Amino acid sequence: MATEAETGLAFHPMDQFVVKPLFRHIEPGTCVPSQNITEGCIRWYEPTNATLWLGLTALAIIALFVFGTRGRAIIPNRVQSIAEMTYGMVYKMLEDICGKEGLKYFPFVMTLFCFIVFSNYLGLLPKSFSTTSQIAVTGVLALMVFLGVTILGFVKNGAHFLGLFWVSSAPLALRPVLALIELISYFVRPVSHSIRLAGNVMAGHAVIKVFAAFGAMLLISPIIGIVVTPLSVLGIVGVYGLEMLVAIIQAYVFTILTCVYLKDALHPSH
Amino acid sequence: MELMGQYLGAGLACIGMAGAAIGVGNVAGNYLSGALRNPSAAASQTATLFIGMAFAEALGIFSFLVALLLLFAV
Amino acid sequence: MFSLLQAAAPTAAETDTHAAPANAEAAAAAAGHGADAAAHAPAATGHAVEAAGHAEAAGQAVGMPQLDITTFGNQIFWLLVTLAVLYWVLSKVALPRIDAVISDRQGAITGDLMQAEEYKKKAKDAEAAYDKALSDARAEAHKIVAAQKADIQKDLDNAIAKADAEIAARTSESEKRIGAIRDSATADARSVARDVTAELVRAFGGNADQGAIDAAVDARLKGAA
Repeated sequence: MATEAETGLAFHPMDQFVVKPLFRHIEPGTCVPSQNITEGCIRWYEPTNATLWLGLTALAIIALFVFGTRGRAIIPNRVQSIAEMTYGMVYKMLEDICGKEGLKYFPFVMTLFCFIVFSNYLGLLPKSFSTTSQIAVTGVLALMVFLGVTILGFVKNGAHFLGLFWVSSAPLALRPVLALIELISYFVRPVSHSIRLAGNVMAGHAVIKVFAAFGAMLLISPIIGIVVTPLSVLGIVGVYGLEMLVAIIQAYVFTILTCVYLKDALHPSH
Repeated sequence: MELMGQYLGAGLACIGMAGAAIGVGNVAGNYLSGALRNPSAAASQTATLFIGMAFAEALGIFSFLVALLLLFAV
Repeated sequence: MFSLLQAAAPTAAETDTHAAPANAEAAAAAAGHGADAAAHAPAATGHAVEAAGHAEAAGQAVGMPQLDITTFGNQIFWLLVTLAVLYWVLSKVALPRIDAVISDRQGAITGDLMQAEEYKKKAKDAEAAYDKALSDARAEAHKIVAAQKADIQKDLDNAIAKADAEIAARTSESEKRIGAIRDSATADARSVARDVTAELVRAFGGNADQGAIDAAVDARLKGAA
């Protein structure tokens, strides 16, 4: 931000992640919780841009999976094929990793996968708000998985679930050390699980915004701009392509890790 | 002075991403060489590939996060 | 910067409860911190809160927007609503429907395959029946041909036998006639020879005994014959 005054380039890579109410403008200085000034703060119930894009995500998923499969055709059309292929992919992933017992949790895993894929892709639209770039959102997703898996593990296996941390194949002297490491890595799971997704999405979007800011160089200095502007446009195209890939891969990774954690809860033998 | 420290720290934190890049490259390269030796087993191991990549990449994401926190939140 | 503002804020809040002279001092200190951190915020406002406000008013994020705890409640609430709706729609409507469609298709494919198998078997049966009919017809034809051949052979044999018999009969008749002719010719020749001999003997003046002449002629004829 310090460079802005000198060069005239407007770098605001993080502005796209600001949560704003849809129907009102927050007056400056009306939300400082540390000073008990909260009248301008975003209420938990009011519709914001996050609400809008969460809703659009839900609508897109419903459009694909409910209206797309309305025909119930034996020979599917394109939209129905996409829905069926997504279904088949997640189903197979869950079955391969967790076995038949894991299929009980298929709707949950499918919900996670579809939500992440669609909000990643909707977040790639210009001027949109990517919900998966918010730590709050991915944190809730990861905590849901973490708490769900932990509770499920104890309900299904009781104290036997703790065998996950007690590596019985290791020498006895090493086991307490390994147990400590396993315990720490178990509790780091939700952190890495959520930050991986949010970080990937945020990084890509921020990099695109930085390139976009450099794209305005032609307006400021034609001599430098003639080189920098085409390069930055190319850069945006390249990063955008990469982001398309990252969007699906991160959703896949999030889902597959959910499956792996679920497997640990169902079969805790190390 | 404090600002300089933040920027320096953020830049240094970004070096951590190089480690993640090496790790991810290692995973992908070893997968490829294994897949070329035994192509029939390749398809069944893509899930493992992605899990390995995700774990390797997570540490790079942590260093990215440290950089962001230094730049914007400290 | 964010935490700087936050750090400055409690100072200001704290001083509100204190006496008035201390308040002005602390506010000035807070304003100084805020201005330092957010480089472009005008220091003239004299209050840290307003410095933060200006940064927001300029439409810029102060620090990482993701770490702004005041928005968390809103996001989490709407996220949970969205996930609940999605979970309900997917688990109650979409996934059972897709599952049904996929198993229907599987059933249709299996059914079609079985039907195809059946048709194939039928075709094989039909081919076998055709082959059998063909070989039967061929055997029948062979039989008929053989019967016809045998009939013809029999007729032919009969005709040949009849013809043979006729030829034999005719031959024997002809032989008989030839024999008769030859006999009559021999008898004629003998009587002529006897007559001639008797005449010759008479002419020579002999008185020939008829019996002796006949015997002599017969002996001579036997030798000639």
